[in-house]
Amino acid sequence: MLYFPKWLVALILGICALGVVLTVPNLFSAQTVERWPNLLPKKQVSLGLDLRGGSYLLYEVDMRSVLTERLGNVLDGLRNEFRTARIGYTGLNAEHGQIGFALREPERMEEVRGLVRKVDPDLDMTAGADGAVTLKFNEVALQRVEQQIVEQSIEIVRRRIDETGTKEPTIQREGENRIVLELPGVENPEFVKRILGKTAKMTFQLVDESASSAAGHVPPGDVALPIKDGHAPPGATIVVQKRVLVSGETLTDAQATFDQYGAPAVNFKFDAAGARRFGDATKANVGKRFAIVLDNAVISAPVIREPILGGQGIITGSFTTDSANDLALQLRAGALPAPLVPLEERTVGPDLGADSIHAGALASIVGVILVVVFMIVFYGLFGIFANIALFFNLCLMMASLSVLGATLTLPGIAGIALTLGMAVDANVLIYERIREELRGGRSVISSLQAGFERAFGTIFDSHLTTLVAGFLMFFLGSGPVKGFAVTLSIGVVTSLFSAILVTRLQVVTWLRRTKPKAIPI
Amino acid sequence: MLRPLIIIRRIPNIDFMGLHKLGFAFSALLTIGSIVLFLTQGLNFGIDFSGGTLIEVRTQGPADLATMRATLNDLGLGAVSLQGFGAPNEVLIRVARQPGSDQAQMQAVAKLKAALGSGVEYRRTEVVGPTVGGELIQAGVIATVLALFAIAAYVWLRFEWPYGVGAMLSTLHDTITTVGLFSLLQIEFNLTTLAAILTIAGYSVNDTVVIYDRVRETTRKYKTMEFRALINKSLNETLSRTILTVSTTALAVLSLLIFGGEVLRGFSIAMLWGIVVGTYSSLFIAAPVLYYVRPRRASRAKGVEETPAQTGQAS
Repeated sequence: MLYFPKWLVALILGICALGVVLTVPNLFSAQTVERWPNLLPKKQVSLGLDLRGGSYLLYEVDMRSVLTERLGNVLDGLRNEFRTARIGYTGLNAEHGQIGFALREPERMEEVRGLVRKVDPDLDMTAGADGAVTLKFNEVALQRVEQQIVEQSIEIVRRRIDETGTKEPTIQREGENRIVLELPGVENPEFVKRILGKTAKMTFQLVDESASSAAGHVPPGDVALPIKDGHAPPGATIVVQKRVLVSGETLTDAQATFDQYGAPAVNFKFDAAGARRFGDATKANVGKRFAIVLDNAVISAPVIREPILGGQGIITGSFTTDSANDLALQLRAGALPAPLVPLEERTVGPDLGADSIHAGALASIVGVILVVVFMIVFYGLFGIFANIALFFNLCLMMASLSVLGATLTLPGIAGIALTLGMAVDANVLIYERIREELRGGRSVISSLQAGFERAFGTIFDSHLTTLVAGFLMFFLGSGPVKGFAVTLSIGVVTSLFSAILVTRLQVVTWLRRTKPKAIPI
Repeated sequence: MLRPLIIIRRIPNIDFMGLHKLGFAFSALLTIGSIVLFLTQGLNFGIDFSGGTLIEVRTQGPADLATMRATLNDLGLGAVSLQGFGAPNEVLIRVARQPGSDQAQMQAVAKLKAALGSGVEYRRTEVVGPTVGGELIQAGVIATVLALFAIAAYVWLRFEWPYGVGAMLSTLHDTITTVGLFSLLQIEFNLTTLAAILTIAGYSVNDTVVIYDRVRETTRKYKTMEFRALINKSLNETLSRTILTVSTTALAVLSLLIFGGEVLRGFSIAMLWGIVVGTYSSLFIAAPVLYYVRPRRASRAKGVEETPAQTGQAS
């Protein structure tokens, strides 16, 4: 226990030195560190949003609406197929995520099975002998779809956020179908919430002039959609063809602009394929109206005066400058495959963040000073040894946090302060043991030996139980709890090293140099 | 040379075991009281768990709480609670969870911000929908229960099952009474508080382990000593360490409580209580429990276990 091979001494000193060196960048501002040569360590502890200020937003991808939409498509598809194949059915409906209907001629079941597979291959079909049929999406396919949709959503969210010019956003998937956004420096996330609040699915469809929605009868192949152009009375609808002329996916660019009357508008450009399709469609329908449909509402329904061949257009309607900007951004970034439901929002202003840093730092410094003084008062020289170990412990904690890229939160700072208090416990255990052995009449060397030796098991056990709690917090906790768990766990490990090895090395060196007759403990 | 201050020069001879029945009674009272408080008065759940909205604003000049309260209560968002927070120009606004979906919560924030206008500085906005709140409670309860079992299991593995029972009982006692304290004082119970409770569990058992370690060692050394005396001896021998460790940790936590700001207040109070009660429970529950669920004496379990000292010789 009191013998240190040379390599171990080198290792201990090396680790301590490394701890100090890796801590140094944290003493300077990020800009200063940026300019350092690459040879020097540059990693700093990254501050959590609660310390640096910023927004945390948690969204859920609304899979239900995707499912409902897909079931709607299946219904339409089945109606069409059954009509062409002249298959009689009753009670075709979609409820509780499944489709049900009854065949007039149950003997044509196999034919129906083929048609169902043609409409949507992911459907599981169960058929009764009486001709009753239920269709359900199969689980594996659903999971695959969900995976796809969530990934796509993250991509679109990222593009939309990038378009806003937000710096260093973190956008991650959480759990099955959630998306976490961390936006440092964003003090007011309203604009982010606004641009993520719409899926922005845009399509161009022809208006069916022959049908009047007022009559209440919508011909097959058509659909009545609400008008939201800023002029129509609320609740007004317009009948448009279900067939989509061109969809928003073919847009290459969109910009907010002003129309000839100075009202905000959105300018858009199609890609080559979209331009051709739009040109053909407008050529064939001069004099008719087409509807610009955004998220299942008609935002504008202009008359086609001449074929639009240039692949460009302008949407006018009831825009404000803001909403024109938002729409242009959403169109550029692409449509979200599913709506996003906001679940949680946490925003911290930069002032509060700075206040928290100050409070946390002050509390830690005062705490350290109190502990340091306490140790010197109660253990004298050995207290100083413990305090030197405590210093390296602190450096090693900061170094580990920097290197691991862990995020420091306010509870994390509390974790540091707390571990510092607990870290000296290992020293207290050792010193008390040494005192006891001395009292028991042992010699200096033998007491030191026994003190370190016997205290080790206890220290190890007591640290490990704290680590157990730390790991549980990390894996089950969220946000602030995780930040606390990280510093607590790191602190437990580094204090094990510093209290046992660093303190012991100092004691042994002191022993060799001074060859004391008695221990001042 | 620096002369250390030695408070306990001779090993004391306190009859802890003589007090243990009193301790048990006191702890039973504390525990039952905590449970009753929890059931009747409940906890003042922060929005992390209950869902809802919290906005911290700083006004120019001292805040006029009455006017603000009147304005915000007219929004039709249910009861809006306002409370000064630290400085006189800082106000914490709390709105209960809105009925309806997760979206309803977000709309409430928009309304609040519109009503408060741009004259105030938004220091903090937190909105938690019902979905997340429910999940957080669940995760919190699971974490606490798992922590208790993990700790008991660890102590059982390193020692013997009676020690595991004692550690679990005393940790459970500390956890329950901390919850009781939060119920009694109606301090906000949030995610950070939960972290404090888990840390208390870790700290409390830390303390217990140190004492158990000594009990085990003494058991081996004095094979014929009466068990009651044996526990007393172990507790007295470790008393100096117990006091010193409690003091250093308490100093760190006190500093957090005084200087750490409003956000950490609940956490610091919980920790301070935990340190005190954790130490008490190690002395008056964890140790005396061994008297009733006796670990095997070394004479019968000869050579089965290694000593902690041997583990240490590897280095």
